[in-house]
Parts: sequence; structure tokens; C-alpha cells
Amino acid sequence: MNEVTPAHNIGDYVPMVDGPEKVSGRAKYTADFVVPGMLAGRIFRSPYSHAEILEVDVAEAARLPGVKAIVTGADCDKAFGVLPVARTEHVLARDRVRYRGEPIAAVAAIDDATAKEALRRIKLKVRELPAYHTAQQAMAPGAIALHEHRPHNLERDVLFELGDVEAAFAAAELVREGIYNCAEVCQNQMEMHAAIADYDVVRDRMTVHASTQVPYYVHLMLAQILDMDMSRIRVIKPHVGGGFGCRTETLNVELIAALLARKAGGCVRLVVNREETFITHRGRPETDIRLKIGMRKDGRITGVECECIQRGGAHSGYGIVTILYAGSMLYAIYALDNVKYIGKRVLTNTPPCGAFRGHGTVDVRFAFESLLDETARGLGLDPFAVRRANLLQALTFTQNDLMVNSYGLPECLDWVERESGWKARKGKLRRGKGLGMACSHYISGASKPVNWTGEPHATVKLKLDFDGSIVLLTGAAEIGQGSSTVLVQSVAEVLGLDLSRIRIVSGDSEVVPKDNGSYSSRVTFMVGNAAIEAAQNLKALLIAAAARKLEAKPDEIECLGELYRAGAQDKGLSFNEVVTEALKDSGTITVTGNYSTIPQSHGGKKYRGAAIGGTMGYSYSAQVVEVTVDEETGVVTVDKVWVAHDCGKALNRLTVEGQVQGSVWMGMGQAMSEEAAYHDGLMVTANMLDYRVPTIQDSPPIEVGIVESIDPHGPFGAKEAGEGSLAAFLPALTNAIAEATGLRFNNLPVTPDRVFAAFEKRARGDKANGGGIS
Amino acid sequence: MARILQFTLNGRARNDAVPDNLLLLDYLREAVGLTGTKTGCDGGECGACTVLVDDAPRLSCLTLAVSVEGRRVDTIESLAKDGHLSAVQRGFHEKLGSQCGYCTPGYIMASAGLLRRNANPSDAEIREALGSNICRCTGYVKIIEAVKHAASLCAAGLTP
Repeated sequence: MNEVTPAHNIGDYVPMVDGPEKVSGRAKYTADFVVPGMLAGRIFRSPYSHAEILEVDVAEAARLPGVKAIVTGADCDKAFGVLPVARTEHVLARDRVRYRGEPIAAVAAIDDATAKEALRRIKLKVRELPAYHTAQQAMAPGAIALHEHRPHNLERDVLFELGDVEAAFAAAELVREGIYNCAEVCQNQMEMHAAIADYDVVRDRMTVHASTQVPYYVHLMLAQILDMDMSRIRVIKPHVGGGFGCRTETLNVELIAALLARKAGGCVRLVVNREETFITHRGRPETDIRLKIGMRKDGRITGVECECIQRGGAHSGYGIVTILYAGSMLYAIYALDNVKYIGKRVLTNTPPCGAFRGHGTVDVRFAFESLLDETARGLGLDPFAVRRANLLQALTFTQNDLMVNSYGLPECLDWVERESGWKARKGKLRRGKGLGMACSHYISGASKPVNWTGEPHATVKLKLDFDGSIVLLTGAAEIGQGSSTVLVQSVAEVLGLDLSRIRIVSGDSEVVPKDNGSYSSRVTFMVGNAAIEAAQNLKALLIAAAARKLEAKPDEIECLGELYRAGAQDKGLSFNEVVTEALKDSGTITVTGNYSTIPQSHGGKKYRGAAIGGTMGYSYSAQVVEVTVDEETGVVTVDKVWVAHDCGKALNRLTVEGQVQGSVWMGMGQAMSEEAAYHDGLMVTANMLDYRVPTIQDSPPIEVGIVESIDPHGPFGAKEAGEGSLAAFLPALTNAIAEATGLRFNNLPVTPDRVFAAFEKRARGDKANGGGIS
Repeated sequence: MARILQFTLNGRARNDAVPDNLLLLDYLREAVGLTGTKTGCDGGECGACTVLVDDAPRLSCLTLAVSVEGRRVDTIESLAKDGHLSAVQRGFHEKLGSQCGYCTPGYIMASAGLLRRNANPSDAEIREALGSNICRCTGYVKIIEAVKHAASLCAAGLTP
């Protein structure tokens, strides 16, 4: 007998299924679709931080030959927003502008030069209002409200205390407090925002190509903004050049393109430039944190008090969720019994912030892991020992009712401690060098989606036809993270087939089932589970057909991928023969797989908003960072990073490594160089030279250890791999710098000028605790 | 004003009327339809638009189309031969030097330029050659591995 075995791919190094297109220039991104006769769109933006709009005069612009449509706030009175409770943003400002760069009008013209000239002819009359560029200014007594329904400019005020924090501090051996500031940072994804809207006047249908992570949400918001029936709208998500969270909500780019296309009765391409992408960025808010930790002699944390203020920008966006994550995700990494959290999400006259990778968790984790190190040092404890003294044990529910099913943090700690040579090297490096460590975690998809409809969390369809090819239909948005690859792998694995049998179609609402989109690291866990179920359903049909043909019982059929047989002596049927038999029943076969989270994962009701943070599986990460600090220049060099990530099960080791390295590196940018800076509300870093992301010259080797805790609910045991390792870099860096220099940096980014200033200050014998340095 | 531009694009002679102020990037993308070359910034910041002009990497967003008169320009679309991926393309695909793929054409062209002049670059030489490109996905670790893998494929006979 020939040895026939099913094909396996799970756990292998699998190059991306859409890689050949990307390396050959054939992958099409939204701006690459050149439709003959399409119009060029341009946006007229507010030059004011805060002003009442008196008049938007477009008459002269409209008279310019070649201008086909102009839209202003008067063309749309509907508001949009990702959270059903906070849909208050207008596509084009109506009565007021609230940040510099906010869209006020837009033009569609026969070419870009004409559209640009039209913008120059638009006249804006306003009455300027006091502008608040910091959270403190916006919250100050007497400040006028940016939005009338939010007095004191508080988008959300969160307060919870679980346990007894005061008693916990009293029982502590040592209580330490720290003040932290993390600058606003931008996703700065490589593809600038783009949309192509094509309006079919005859059929009253709208087709929109959008560079989005959430085609379904775009679909919903297009219907709302255009006041069109959803069935008349089609959303296509082509290849997307990164997202990192800036595209997890509908942006005004796609909505403006659609308004223009309908008014012009044609096709409009709207591609914004890098500066426009920056000044409307939806990044991570500037965050001020006051944190207090109480610790016993043995390193056990007795209590935590955290106050967190986020400068949210001019509109709600995800703001309420972000400020809740910052509190809820204090939990689920260490055992905490007494926690008080005070969170304030503030509306300010700066660009609206959003859901940047590691949503809500990163800045608080920076503060927590920094102060944990300091407190441990105060008690003479090793950084690893203090973390080991506070570990959880799965299965458990945290004090705020978050379900922890699998917990690989102990193994992550062991791996980075061993691989970095921590025990032999810590404290023994030459002057100017240091080792630091920290941990972080993240969710594998929010257990309750922001747009709750009662449907399954994920649905995948498989189509099998006469040709023997399997087409996987999914709305999961491939944005470079490898979602298409992992879904193809999952189906192939269940069926024992080679990946080449399976084609994937994603991101066209006309064809694929709805999906909530690519955010909060939900796709592998939720859509992956749906793909497995779909493949199992297909396999059952094929086995039934094979049984019929072979005159055997279904449970006697052995599925070997390309061969189905009834026992080892049977020569069996080829895959194509089984397909032919199966099609006799129904013709073309389509099967469905669904996935829903279990109610126990939905978080609790102990405080308002306590569901935020609930997930089916938390990923865990531990990191060691080695630095060299140049005392002459203040330049910090990261020599090497060791990172261990518990992703449950690495379905694809290649993409897991890539995601973990990318996360760590993105954390490095935030920690060391990235900052959205403003002058009077005008972003002065709105280009890739002033907004400094690390180059290849600045970037260290990042060694990845994969820890597999095999989550009981994850697809093949998997959890997320693309976000959880970002946050730990920030405190691991400053912990390393503290060892190298004796200076602790609580304000990010730690730029050379800040380091240099700290050295100068120390040289002068200045003991004052300025600039976040202690 | 416009003038007739004669040059070699991806091995084929071109003979086009182009405006004096047209950027090579816009010429390639909008006039010829070679959209593999990407726009990632407002000019000279990111390297996504890198092409080869007489084998040397050049930012097409800072190059006037008319300035390549008589030159040889290669874009990402030129690398695959008879449908087979080149060494650098395979390197980036097989080692995950590309995630979202948007910066990838620029990296691949800069890397092809490097390997055409230096078949066996060191890590430091790779970092230097790719120092003006930005990738937001990979953290660069696998980009370096991709270029080294490409160099080994070149040693085995593939073209960069």
C-alpha cells in the first residue's frame, strides 16, 4: 500500500498566501484602482482649532470649470461614530469646527489640479472660540463644552474600587507612587487613507473601495450617512497597507468620497496625503497617569491605585472603550485583590484619538511595570521574583470578572530570563549598559462586539464545486497581519489538504459573509474557530458521500486529505471522486461555520462598563531589553530584545514571529522617538521626518520565544499574537535605562535630548524631580 | 510644457509625451499604470516609491519623469522573469520580509539595487542600503533575513 497521510500545516513556518502578489507589485491597494473617467476628490479642512462656522461659501469654487461636485456640512445632517452610544461626529463640520484639520467641505473635479484650485476658492467665515489643546485646559472650570452633551468636556468619567485599597496600602511593607506621561502617538501606517466611491445613478447603488480594517462598520456608516438602504451599498476592501487601529472605525475619508460620488453622479477617488493622515490620525491619546502600588516584603502586591487621564481629541471615537480598557486591563496579568481606578477621557481641540495597537492598555502597563520595578528595588527584590510572586493560575476569574483560561506568563518569564542570560549578567554590565524587563498582555478579541446584534461573532462560508477547489469566503479584513493565511491554514488542516486546494475571497460585501473586522486581535480566535467549524461541516459531508460510494458506514471512513477509504486495505476514493459523489445530492456545496464567545467571558457588572476587557483568551508577553546609553550625547541604543509571547498555539510560526517582532518594534518607537507634537493645535510633526519612527539603522535584533499554553477554547489552542508584546517594551526599556544610568524616565518618549538634559541636571547636582526623572 | 520622453522602462522602449513637471512616480502609476510603485509620504520621507535608474535606487517621488531621458528604469513589475519570482522577491515572500506589503516594492527595489552591486552584503551593508526606507510592520528583523536569503539564492544562480 502507498503511504497516504493527510497534509498538515499548523505550527509550520508558512509564507503568506497573498505574498506573491505583494512581492511582485500586483497587489492592488485602494489608490491603485484607476477607473477611466473617475473624478479626483480633495478635502477643505479647518485652519482653526475651535470655531463657530458662520459661512462656507463655495460659489466661486463651484464656478471653476471642471468642478463636478462640492459638498459641505449642509449636505449631510447625520452623525457617525463607531460606538452606538457616541455617534456625534459629522462627516463635514456643520455648526462648529473642533480641531485643525477637521473636514469642512470637499470637492470632486476632473483632475487633481482643478480640485486643488477649487479648494483655494472656498471662503470660510468663522467666529473663533477658546481652544483647549491639553486635557487640563479642557477640564478647567469655565471651559466651554466642545460638545453640548458633554459638560466639562468629560467624554467618560470612570471610577471603581474593588476590595479595600486603603487597607491594602496600610498592610503593605512599602507603598510607592509615580507620575507618568506618555506622548500622543500615531499609527503612521504606510498606506495613506484612500477611498473610491462609485455611484450608480440608474440603480441608486453605491460601491466603495476603502482602506479599512472594518468593512462592515463602513457599510453601516455609509448607510447612515447617505440615508440609503444597506442593500444598495457594496463595500470592497482591497489590500490594505497596515492599520494598527487607525482604521478600526469608519473614517470621514470614505464617507466624504461617497457623498461626493452621489452628488457628482459618478466615481470619485479620494486619496489623502501623509500630512492629512497625520492630522486626522486616530492614534493613542496623550496619557497622564498617577499610580500607587503597595507591596509586601515577599513581593506580593497588596493594592493598586491608578488615575488615568487621556487627551481624547475632538470627537468620541472609541474613547469610552479606551478609558475603560485602561482600567480593566490592570487585571488579568497578575493576581490583584484591591484596585481603585479613576479614569477620565477628555474632549480637546486636537485630532480625535482612536484604538491604536494595544488599545487602552499600553500606557498604563508602562506605568505599572515601571513602578513595579521601583517598588521591588525598594524591597531588594529581583524584577523576575516580584512578578513570579504575583502570578495567576488558570482557570480563574479576576476580581473584575475577567475569565482567564490559559496563562503562559510563567513560561514566558523563564524563557527570557534564560535566553538573555539575566542571572549571570544583571547588575554586572559595564557602566552605561543595562538590562531591563517587563510583562504585558492583551485580549484575543472583545467578547462583546461594540455593535451587538445577537448574531454569531464570526461566520465563515466554504464553497466546494465540480473542480474540487474549496473557496473560503470571509469578511475578515486582511491588512497584512496574515488573517487570510491563518484561515486557509485552518481549513486545510481540518481537511488534511494542501493549502493550494483552498482559495480565499475576503473583503467584498457582495460575496462574503459579514465580519466585524480586524481589531482587538479577534480574527485568529473568532474567525479561526468559525473556519474550523466550517471545515468540519464540509468534512462530514465528504465522509458521508465517501461512505455511500464505498458502501461503508461514515464512522468507518478514514479521511486522509487526498484519499478517503474504508479501512487500510481499501484502495479508496480520490478527493475529486468524493467531491463528484457529494455533489450528486445538492450540486455546488456551501457550508457554514460559526463562532460565538461563551457568556462567562463577557465580563462582569461590578461597575459601569465592566464588560470591557472581557475576552476568550489573554495572550501574555515577557521581555528583556538590553541598552547602551551614551552619556556624551544622550543617545540610547537598544542592543537586543528577547521576547517570549504566549499565543496559546502558534498556528504559523513565521507570522507569529513577524507579529511579535513588529509589536515590540512599534513599542520601541513609542518609547524612544515617536511623538505627535502641536503648536497652538497645529500638528508640527505631520510628516515622517519629524514624526520619527525607528529606521532599520536604529532597530535591534529581536529574538522571539514562542510559548504555547494551548488555550482550551482557541482554534487549535491559539490566542492572539499581534498586540500583546507591544506594551512590555516601554517599561523594559526604561527599566534598562535605570540600570544603565541610575536615572528613571517616566515621560515618553525617552529622546536623546531628554536623556542629555537629565545627565546635565545630575551633573549640576540638581536633585529636583523635573521632567519625570527621579 | 510637455516633451517627448524616450527611455527604457522594464526592458521596453518608451516614447511618451510627458509634462515637464510630472514626477516619475505619477508617470509610472497614473500614465503607464504600473501601480506596484507606491506613494507613502509627501516627498522623500519613506522610500516606498524606490525604483532603479541604471541599477541605482532612486526615489521616483523626487524625480522628474523627463530626467530619465535615455536612461534605464526598472520597477517592481520588472523583476519576475517568465513568471518566476526573482531572488529578492522570493526572499521577501519566504522570510516574511513583507507583511502589509505597501513598503515592499520600495524595499525590494532597494535590495535588488544592493545585490546588483554587492552580491554578498553584510548586515551593516544591508542596514545602510535600506536606511532610507520605512517599514511599519516588521520591525526590520525579517527584512534583513529576507535580503540575506535573497543573496544566497543569487549565489545559487537566481537574478536579484
